[in-house]
Amino acid sequence: MSVAVLIDHRSGDVTRPSLEALTLARGLGSPVAVWLGDAPSADAVAQLGEYGAAEVRVAEVGDEARHPAKAAAAIATATEDSSVVIVISTFVTKEIVTRLAVLTGAGVVVDAAGAELVDGKVETFQTVFAATWNVRTRIDAERAIVGVRPNTTQASPAEAPGAATVVAVAVELPEARERIVSVEPVPQEDGVPLSEAPVVVSGGRGTGGDYTLVAEFAELLGGAVGASRDATDEGWISHEHMVGQTGTTVTPALYVACGISGAVHHRGGMQASGTIVCINMDPDAPIFEISDFGVVGSLFDVIPQAIERIKARRAG
Amino acid sequence: MRILVTVKHTPDLQSQRSFTDGTVTRTADDGTMNELDENAVEAALQIVEAAGEGEVVALTVGGPDAVAAVRKALQLGAHKGVHVSDEAIAGSDVFGTATVIAAAVRKVAEEQQVDLVITGMAALDGLTSMLPTALAAELDWSQLTLASALTVGDGEATIERHLPDAHETVSAPLPAVVSVTDEANKPRYPNFKLIMAARKAEIPVWTLADLGVDASAVGASASRTTVVDASERPPRENRVTVTDTGDAGTQLADFLIEKGLA
Repeated sequence: MSVAVLIDHRSGDVTRPSLEALTLARGLGSPVAVWLGDAPSADAVAQLGEYGAAEVRVAEVGDEARHPAKAAAAIATATEDSSVVIVISTFVTKEIVTRLAVLTGAGVVVDAAGAELVDGKVETFQTVFAATWNVRTRIDAERAIVGVRPNTTQASPAEAPGAATVVAVAVELPEARERIVSVEPVPQEDGVPLSEAPVVVSGGRGTGGDYTLVAEFAELLGGAVGASRDATDEGWISHEHMVGQTGTTVTPALYVACGISGAVHHRGGMQASGTIVCINMDPDAPIFEISDFGVVGSLFDVIPQAIERIKARRAG
Repeated sequence: MRILVTVKHTPDLQSQRSFTDGTVTRTADDGTMNELDENAVEAALQIVEAAGEGEVVALTVGGPDAVAAVRKALQLGAHKGVHVSDEAIAGSDVFGTATVIAAAVRKVAEEQQVDLVITGMAALDGLTSMLPTALAAELDWSQLTLASALTVGDGEATIERHLPDAHETVSAPLPAVVSVTDEANKPRYPNFKLIMAARKAEIPVWTLADLGVDASAVGASASRTTVVDASERPPRENRVTVTDTGDAGTQLADFLIEKGLA
């Protein structure tokens, strides 16, 4: 069975969630990579082959892929023979797959943590209600679309890696009513983006607006910096850093909440993380209820000491 | 300017939320209007107020209790409400729901043209954010989603869209389906006069037959997906809380090192 994976790429590089999605796809059938935008480099194609893609179907649609309906039309053409399409779940891909499902009649589950075949049907698992419930969903339609969250599958190369063949896909894009007047790129910070980071260190009201220690701790642990809604509302840090139901949902192996009380909106964006650690002055803060390791104390005392200890242990 | 706002009746975020027979349990007691729909109502009111004319119609789809969401919208200042309710709708997926809402939009438009449908960015129960796109496709209207700013004029709507890689400005001719984020505005509080009026407001209830929608096209039987299992996640085990007496940072570091996380 052909399982298509929409490859997410940044500056021409394949992102790690795409490799996770290919790994997941191998468990369902034979992966085929779908690439929208400018043609992939030879390195990118080789990497996709290493993770099991037999083909890389390229639709050179450039910036037209910014229109959800056009992106969906291109994917529909590129995946005509695939009964399953996997994408990385983001606000943008959710719009694209909705359009794709309208075109193909597919059943859709987004924000999934995984998928498997049961009696020939795709079943997905995910958490809902701020990650307090586990839900398993069967896709009954003949075609299935699954949006998977980053960090939910461990990416691994295929046992028998092949050389992927590049196939150009000719697509006819529909007219769009919408006109994209301007696109202003958001300067990308160094390191892994928040949604993909294996470690996230977040700061909230308790930082008082000073993110120095939070950033230093994140760097030491190889992670990204997050924030609570309070902190972004205060203008202490940009909205792109907000972890929560209306910001970025993260599922890292380690989440460190510094000076964050853990309001339900925030918890919904991070509660499915592997290990949760918190540092907060208020012992009654709800964040303690979902933390594996909680410290009642000041982040300004605790973080420097933790950094020093980790550095010492690494040196020794 | 005539604007229809979709509002959803969802369990209160602070309540114990749960599943019954594969769908979200909804009860009158703890239900409310989806918080993010307040931004949609606010956006609609601001456009009508700026234009000095127009009407905001709040629409909900759901069982008898769902009318609470429409009353909340009326409290905030929506001029009229409509409640679509039919047992056959239960268990619909996003595409079935879009079919029902699109039919209701067309029926509201029979009396007078509808220029805009405004929705929230997501419902805080399911959080899939797929409905606005599905509705735009079903109506074959312009799609302007995830707006953190919205302006309307000269038969066109323009939004700003803050995506992780870029900030886009997108324009499209009306009619359009617009979803607004919680950055778009700060919702107002209900005022006493409107609360009293909302309590007495007559809200028509429309069935699938009223909308001319075939019951077999919606509901659980037409859904492309089925929830086969839902269970509450157990609380985290072996939780540790320490109070800093001078060495908590070291303890924290040791915990991370032991777990292979640092």
